[in-house]
Amino acid sequence: MPTRTRARSINDHQELALSSLAMIAPFATHDEGESGGFHAPSITDFFPPPILFEGTPFEFNRIQLVRLLVALVLVVVMVIAARRAKLVPDRFQNVIEMLLDFVRVNVAEEILGKERARKYVPLLTTIFFAILAFNITGIIPGINIAGTALIGLPVVLALWVYVMYLGAGVKAHGVGGFLKASLFPPGVPWFMYVLLTPIEFLTVFIIRPATLAIRLMANMVAGHLMLVLCFSATQYFIFEAAPAMKAFGALTFTAGFAMTLFEAFVAALQAYIFVVLTAVYISLSVEEEH
Amino acid sequence: MIGAAIPAALVTAAEGTEEVQGIDLILPAPYDIFWSTVVLLIIAIAFYKYALPTFQRILDERTAKIEGGLAKAESAQAEAAAALAEYHQQLQDARTEAARIREDARAEGGQIVADLRSKASEEAARITETAHRQIEAERQQAAVQLKQDVGTLATELASKIVGEALEDEVRQSRVVDRFLAELDATTADAGKGN
Repeated sequence: MPTRTRARSINDHQELALSSLAMIAPFATHDEGESGGFHAPSITDFFPPPILFEGTPFEFNRIQLVRLLVALVLVVVMVIAARRAKLVPDRFQNVIEMLLDFVRVNVAEEILGKERARKYVPLLTTIFFAILAFNITGIIPGINIAGTALIGLPVVLALWVYVMYLGAGVKAHGVGGFLKASLFPPGVPWFMYVLLTPIEFLTVFIIRPATLAIRLMANMVAGHLMLVLCFSATQYFIFEAAPAMKAFGALTFTAGFAMTLFEAFVAALQAYIFVVLTAVYISLSVEEEH
Repeated sequence: MIGAAIPAALVTAAEGTEEVQGIDLILPAPYDIFWSTVVLLIIAIAFYKYALPTFQRILDERTAKIEGGLAKAESAQAEAAAALAEYHQQLQDARTEAARIREDARAEGGQIVADLRSKASEEAARITETAHRQIEAERQQAAVQLKQDVGTLATELASKIVGEALEDEVRQSRVVDRFLAELDATTADAGKGN
């Protein structure tokens, strides 16, 4: 399927777009048109043509389809795992529980402490599993784009976290208490507040959620661009470049292989960073002083 | 349509759908936000409502079961130790009891033997006593008989010798008594002399 679609021109893609199964095929590499040649990855990869509801706020394109698919797969896997969950776990359940334990123990309890962690474990677990699932599609053949590579999903995730950590702070200290604790950190000479308070305000209300979203999205975009660069270069060197250049194909393929492994690592790492920072922000909000 | 040169590729790639400026990468389109919310809601509902509570329940159950098992094992061990101690105690009691019974039996046996012995010696003493008494009675009877016979014989003899009738009752008994007293005296002397 991928090779067949890849061989087609961009115009063909528009027609294929109506068949949702074909949409799984990598538009990300809509390249080497009729004459072939080298396709450099670009930003357009993240804005594929719409499939449904074109021009409305509900426009549905390939990336949305990928996200929906990932969400359904994740839900089905977790529901099956939960339904089959027994007191004595089998191998499948062990893997799921290992991941659940990882978030609960290594993230939630380590950062928030055992008592407070209990309340936020569902949030952290859901976010970790969701991000991991959306990230990993970046290296799944046939999908080849991370669900988090388009800013919307990271923004919604960051907003969710934003609401949660602000809510946690207000709940712990009250609105005034939370603002005072956040904007006027204790133990600082009063005149320093002229400098500190705007910085703290920016940090708490803008920089934290913005960096959460942009870090995740940028990593996934960069990973996708690197992968496409490596593999389209390989394609070009092996099939279209002059014979003398073919050896470079092996080099770029190796690089692409390494990048794929690296992207698998980054997918997990970014999911981990996101939940760790979420836990840290919640911890900073509810702590007595920081 | 697409040339081999990288700049050309960049340009044509950007023509793919519509012009996308770099900043659009971090400014989400409404449809992007909408569908992101939808997929996240699907995941969040499944996780919050079903998957996570189920796993939490399973984990709690497992913890409870393990703790229960440990407690059970501990109590079983304690029970076993108690049973062993009790068994030892019973064994000790039984040994003590046996020793006591043996001691009692020995003492009782000794008592019985002593009783029997004393009873036998009493019996022997009693028999001896009876025999003594009988002998004494017979001796006295013999002495009385002898006294009468000797008196009669002596009187008859004396009448014959003296020729004097000793029919007179009073005189006769006086003579006989005197004679017997003398006789007693002589036998007593003779006994001493022996």
